[in-house]
Amino acid sequence: MANNSGNTVARSFLQVASTEEVAPSLRVVQIEGLVILKIIKHCKEFSPALVTGQLLGLDVGSVLEVTNCFPFPIREEDEEIEADGANYQLEMMRCLREVNVDNNTVGWYQSTLLGSFQTVELIETFMNYQENIRRCVCIIYDPSRSNQGVLALKALKLSDAFMELYRSNNFTGEKLRERNLSWVDIFEEIPIKVSNSALISAFMTELEADSPITQCDYDRLQLSTNPFMERNVEFLIECMDELSMEQQKFQFYYRNLSRQQAQQQAWLQKRRSENMARKAAGEDPLPEEDPSNPIFKPIPEPSRLDSFLITNQIANFCNQINGVSGQSFNRLYLMKALQDS
Amino acid sequence: MAASEHTALQFTPVLSSSSLLAKVHPLVIFNICDCYVRRPDQAERVIGTLLGSVLPDGTVDIRNSYAVPHNESSDQVALDIDYHHNMLLSHQKVNPKEAIVGWYSTGLGVTGGSALIHEFYSREVPNPIHLTVDTGFRNGEGTIKAYVSVNLSLGDCQLAVQFQEIPVDFRMVEAEQVGFDILKTPMVDKIPSDLEGMEASMQRLLALIDDVHKYVDDVVEGHTASDSSIGRFISETVASLPKLLPSAFDKLVNDNLQDHLLLLYLSSITRTQLSLAEKLNTAAQIL
Repeated sequence: MANNSGNTVARSFLQVASTEEVAPSLRVVQIEGLVILKIIKHCKEFSPALVTGQLLGLDVGSVLEVTNCFPFPIREEDEEIEADGANYQLEMMRCLREVNVDNNTVGWYQSTLLGSFQTVELIETFMNYQENIRRCVCIIYDPSRSNQGVLALKALKLSDAFMELYRSNNFTGEKLRERNLSWVDIFEEIPIKVSNSALISAFMTELEADSPITQCDYDRLQLSTNPFMERNVEFLIECMDELSMEQQKFQFYYRNLSRQQAQQQAWLQKRRSENMARKAAGEDPLPEEDPSNPIFKPIPEPSRLDSFLITNQIANFCNQINGVSGQSFNRLYLMKALQDS
Repeated sequence: MAASEHTALQFTPVLSSSSLLAKVHPLVIFNICDCYVRRPDQAERVIGTLLGSVLPDGTVDIRNSYAVPHNESSDQVALDIDYHHNMLLSHQKVNPKEAIVGWYSTGLGVTGGSALIHEFYSREVPNPIHLTVDTGFRNGEGTIKAYVSVNLSLGDCQLAVQFQEIPVDFRMVEAEQVGFDILKTPMVDKIPSDLEGMEASMQRLLALIDDVHKYVDDVVEGHTASDSSIGRFISETVASLPKLLPSAFDKLVNDNLQDHLLLLYLSSITRTQLSLAEKLNTAAQIL
């Protein structure tokens, strides 16, 4: 009896050990207030230049905790500064380890201007990080929106399906249709939770200014949003231009392809008629394919990655415009009510 | 590492001759609290360096900080100077404008060991600021005090180091104020979206208007003493609403409304165009 139970126990342990650990999917990113303040400070000091930094924290189940961060110095384009950058990172991690900070990299943050951050470099950085760390996020902060009274902080991750596709580096139409992947599936946005230690919340409650109205309220209730909207629409127009260029590329490709096919058909007909003539004359028929003929060379299909990224960016701009318009409506009605009374 | 021979005196300011003022960013407080929570078990307090700059009018702007490991026993204090320099270099690579302006320690009051550390820091920077953050909440509240040191000497012989308190001011940049509510509570489920922020602002405005209304009513009915300066403020505010003809005002509001509606329409069209284009791109079949 004991043997039997022992065997079942052993088997079940083996089973457990042999089944692959399925990582729970990332559902929430938990950031500490300290990290948010540091990101805000760093991005704001260097705006409008774009800056980046490293995130440190812990990976716990389905929650990714970000407990600290440090900024990267602005990198010159020089090659020898590359080694410097790596040294800086190692030095910072070592120093932070000595004061008991979790020096486990969980991602990076970067600042952006009006939401135009979807570039190929972002994807490449993601792939680089993903090779070393199982789960990483990118936090995007937009300092230009904070003078509208909004905390524009987003946590992004590449979706798994997209990552596999990127690795195979194949963006043809068929592959995409197979996987049912469209431009919304590239980036996944993850909800953010903010946590603070009790000590800090005690301090902050005490340090709170006494006035009931803060500067951010003034910013929010301000009526003029024209400059912001204008820039948004400008960026939107530029992106539409780029998108139409990409579409022209596709059209060009399709036209070339169909012309090539027509040429192939014509050549094939000629070959067949030649063969008939040869058969009539009693000679060997020539092969029906001729790989050395340039009209049989397959034309490479342009990659759709760029158009996807541009589409994402456009969608982002549209969302922003929607948000700001909503706010403006509120303000206008408020003003109307004030005036009427 | 040396035994502390100086005694430290501590005075509350009766008349501070210098107009020195310290401005502290909340990030510094966050950093200090975080380091305190993560300190090694045998340490009672945390010591670290303050970074910032000195503004042209003399006030010291404290913007950033980092902790420095140290060892403390009853009469000796040892600070890890290499670590301090390494961190300083690293921080300056990112932000060359931040320089050492002083040092901080947790715990209320200034102790004997602090004088020694202060002397070390005064070798790096003339007139360093010493910030104490009381994480133990000993007086029932978290007191944050800043001190400057003055050397008391009799002739050539140095007697003691006196720490004089200077006023501390808390500044917050607007972006930080937006997130202030989420920084106060221990846990927030999500970052408030723009519309929710709008709602909060409007509610605060409404509350203010209600307060003013109540005050005016009280004064009129004689419950509260009237204060002419407040009355003037109120009348100025009400008069600052621009006087426009109703038709002109309506036209203004409607024009603005139409502009925004147009933008909304434009963005919806763009989105439809995007989904159409995408369908065409990937659905096209050749051969």
